[in-house]
Amino acid sequence: MNSQKAAVSELDLHAYVDGRLSEKRRAEVEAYLTASAQESERVRAYQEQNEILHTLFDSVLDEPIPPKWRSSRRHWSFPLRPVAAASVCIIVGGLLGWALRGEYAGRSAKRVDFARQAAMAHAVYTPEVRHPVEVSAQQEEHLIGWLSKRLGAPLKAPHLLDLGYELVGGRLLPGDQGPVAQFMYQDKNGQRLTLYIKTDAGTERETAFRFSQEGTVGVFYWIDRQLSYALSGELRKTELLQVADAIYKKLNP
Amino acid sequence: MGNDEHIATHIPQLRRYARALTGDYSAAEDLVQDTLERAWKRIGLWRLGSDLRAWLFTIMHNLHVNQLKADSRQQGQPPEQATLDLSVRPTQEDRLELRDLNKALRRLSNEQREVLLLVGLEQMSYEEVAKVLGIPIGTVMSRLSRGRDQLRAMMEGSSAAPQLKVIK
Repeated sequence: MNSQKAAVSELDLHAYVDGRLSEKRRAEVEAYLTASAQESERVRAYQEQNEILHTLFDSVLDEPIPPKWRSSRRHWSFPLRPVAAASVCIIVGGLLGWALRGEYAGRSAKRVDFARQAAMAHAVYTPEVRHPVEVSAQQEEHLIGWLSKRLGAPLKAPHLLDLGYELVGGRLLPGDQGPVAQFMYQDKNGQRLTLYIKTDAGTERETAFRFSQEGTVGVFYWIDRQLSYALSGELRKTELLQVADAIYKKLNP
Repeated sequence: MGNDEHIATHIPQLRRYARALTGDYSAAEDLVQDTLERAWKRIGLWRLGSDLRAWLFTIMHNLHVNQLKADSRQQGQPPEQATLDLSVRPTQEDRLELRDLNKALRRLSNEQREVLLLVGLEQMSYEEVAKVLGIPIGTVMSRLSRGRDQLRAMMEGSSAAPQLKVIK
C-alpha cells in the first residue's frame, strides 16, 4: 500500500471529491482510501461539504426570475447600443437564417421554428471544447432530475452507446414558451449530436419524424406525448434518422 | 436566441452563487442585478463562442470584490477576517448541521469562500475557476484545500486530532 500512498496526492483527493479524475485514477484513489481510514474520513467530510452546499442553496435555482432580469431593453441608454447588440444577434442568427429564408412557405411556422431553434442551439454549443454542457453525464441523476423539474415533465436521456454515442451531459435553455432541455452526445471521433426537448407540444399527441436541413445541421423532429423532440447533427440524413429512430424506440420500449 | 436570452439562462446559477457568497438575500439580489446590468452593457465585448458562463461569473466576482473593498473603506477595516476563531465553534452537536456549514462558510476568507463555492456548488472545473477569478490554478488548489480543511475543522470542532476520531 505504501507505493500507492506515495502516489496519491492532496490534489488527487480533491479531484476525486469533485469528480474530476479519469476512471483509472479514480480506482487507484479508491484503493488508497480503502487502505487509509484517516484519509477516507477526510474525503468523506469534503464530500459532505459539497452535499450540504447543494442542500442549502439549490432551492435558489427554482425561484421565479423577476421579469426585469429577462431583458435589457429598458436599460439601453445610448442609441448605438441596440445596434451593437443587434449585430451580434445577426451573427448568430444569420449563419443559419439568411440562406434559408425562402424555404418555409407552406410549412407550419411553429414547427419549423422549433427545428430551427434546435439547430441554433446545436450550432452554438457543440463547438464548445471545455464547457459543452452545464451538467456533465457524470452526474446523470442530478442532470435528469434537475431538467425534469425545470421542464415540469419526466425527461429521459436515452443511452446511445450501442450506436457509438456517449452522453456528454445537458443544459437548460430558454425557449419561446418556457425552459428547454438540451442533451449532448459524442462519438469517439468527437462528432456531436444534440437532443433538444420542450414541453409545449400543443394539441398534437404524436407525429411522424419530420426533417429539416438548417445550414449544415440536419434536424429530425417529432412529438411524443407531451414532449417535442429535435435531434440535430451534422451527419448524413440516413445516419441521423437511424439515431432518431433508436431514440424514439428507447423512449417507447 | 438573442443575447439577453443567452444571459438569462445563467441567472439561476448566478443567483445561487450570489446567495451563497454573500449569505444575505438582498445583497445577493443586488449583486445579480448589478452583474446583469454590466453584462448587458458589455455584451458587445463578449466573444461569440467563448464561455459565457465564465464571463458572467467574472463580472460578478469583480463587482463583489469591489463592493467588499468599498465596505471596508467605509468601516476602516480590512476587507475580511481571514483568521479563524475556533473558540466560538459549535461544540455540542457532533452531527453536521446545515446552518453550521452556512455559519462556518461566513468565517472563511472571501477568497477561500469563492473557490469553495465555484468548485463545490457551481461545479466548475479548476481551470474554469482560475479563469473566473484571474488567478493561477495552483492558487485555486491551495485555497480550495485550505478552505475545505478549515470548514471541516470548524464543523467538527477540530482541535480533535484526526487520528483520535472514531471510524465507522
